[in-house]
Amino acid sequence: MRQQMSMDREFLLPASRGFILASFIVAVLLEWLPWHGMALVLRPDFVGLMLLYWCTHKPHRVGIGIGWMLGIFVDVADASLFGQHALAYTVLAFGGLVLNRRVQMFSLKEQSVHVFVLLLASYGVYALVHWQVRGYVEWNYFLGSLTSTLLWAPLTLLIQTLRRPRRNPNEL
Amino acid sequence: MALEDTRTLRFFNRGPSAVARLVFFSVLSLLLLFVDARYQYLESTRQVISIIIYPFQRLTALPGEMWDGVTSFVTLQSHLVAENEQLNLQHDADAAQLKQMESVLSENAQLRALLEVKQRAEYTVQAAQIVYLERDIFKRKLFVDAGEQNGVQAGRAVADNNGVVGQVTRTYPYLSEVTLVTDKDNVVPVQVVRTGLRAAVFGSGNISELELRYQPVDVDIQVGDELVTSGMDGTYPPALPVARVIRVERDPAYPFARIACVPLAGVDRHRTLLIVSGVPTLPPRPAADDAHGTTVPGKKTSRRGTP
Repeated sequence: MRQQMSMDREFLLPASRGFILASFIVAVLLEWLPWHGMALVLRPDFVGLMLLYWCTHKPHRVGIGIGWMLGIFVDVADASLFGQHALAYTVLAFGGLVLNRRVQMFSLKEQSVHVFVLLLASYGVYALVHWQVRGYVEWNYFLGSLTSTLLWAPLTLLIQTLRRPRRNPNEL
Repeated sequence: MALEDTRTLRFFNRGPSAVARLVFFSVLSLLLLFVDARYQYLESTRQVISIIIYPFQRLTALPGEMWDGVTSFVTLQSHLVAENEQLNLQHDADAAQLKQMESVLSENAQLRALLEVKQRAEYTVQAAQIVYLERDIFKRKLFVDAGEQNGVQAGRAVADNNGVVGQVTRTYPYLSEVTLVTDKDNVVPVQVVRTGLRAAVFGSGNISELELRYQPVDVDIQVGDELVTSGMDGTYPPALPVARVIRVERDPAYPFARIACVPLAGVDRHRTLLIVSGVPTLPPRPAADDAHGTTVPGKKTSRRGTP
């Protein structure tokens, strides 16, 4: 019961516009680091995860529109087709919004299972578009959704620690 | 009913419902995808956005560059002396070879003049640093820090000191996108040095392998044969090394031999690449006239996969 209360409070924590923007910028920078070879195959989708976090925790602030715009920026940076990431992130953001009410009742472990399914759908959309245009699929691309899922719990904990207000050291 | 309303209100308190937005943005994405895959209308938009994100991209390349800077700064002096000695030796050897080369070049020019063969134009190269590598495992691409502002054009060949690395496929104001020769289904017209056989080498999507396709089973290609660009298409200058044959499988059950090659250039090794410019422009290709041409029907299929 006590844990439930604290989780509810976690969801009501404030998040300023600047904080959300900064978190997305950090995610994009992480994604743009010079990943190479096997690390590239296993690279988690930082932007997708961050988008999913905000869609589940602050659905009024971050939604499908913002996911789509992020996708366009990533498309340009990755030199992929216009709309490829945008479509994947649109699907992901929609999943996040649907999950929003449910995710508050689950522990982080149970959340991860839901997140895995959503990420898989988003990865699937991306691969599907690629298959339609170029005619083949790299199957180990989907490994990225696994590593992204593993990152969900640490990411959630990290952001909630950052969102928690600083305690006044003089307080009793 | 009232409860329903408030719940809906709490869910999406402004704008259209989530499903409506999903449909809207999905259709928008699909539309963009269709336009981008079929037409070239969106290149200017891409350029504008690329300028906005350019500083961020440079920022992400910074840790690697700083690491390089630090490692080069703390190199031991003894190491430098040894390297210097080695470079001097190399320089002497190269100088001797260059002298020889000069005489061969002049002789070649003379012979060409005698035979009235058109001069091969000299090509110039422009150095560019790799800013970052491919970020999508579907593609074998990288970005270099020379763009339109530096006179780079799409279609230029990119090489390193060992051979062909790839081709510039898209240019931005300050960056260029280079598709590597190992990109899936990327084609380079080549010639086998030993026999002069013309062929086309295809990327396999694997970083360390190329395929020489459409060669008959009894083709005269051996393991260790070097492939150089043939210069047939006007994109790549002639005689740049491309690959070495590492495996030849001749299975009579298949119409073609399976020939695997390894790229000679350090496709995944260097920081500095050379963009080749000033490749001679070929005379325009005559229009195909199949109906009344001189080709004999039924004998049109060429046995070689000539580009």
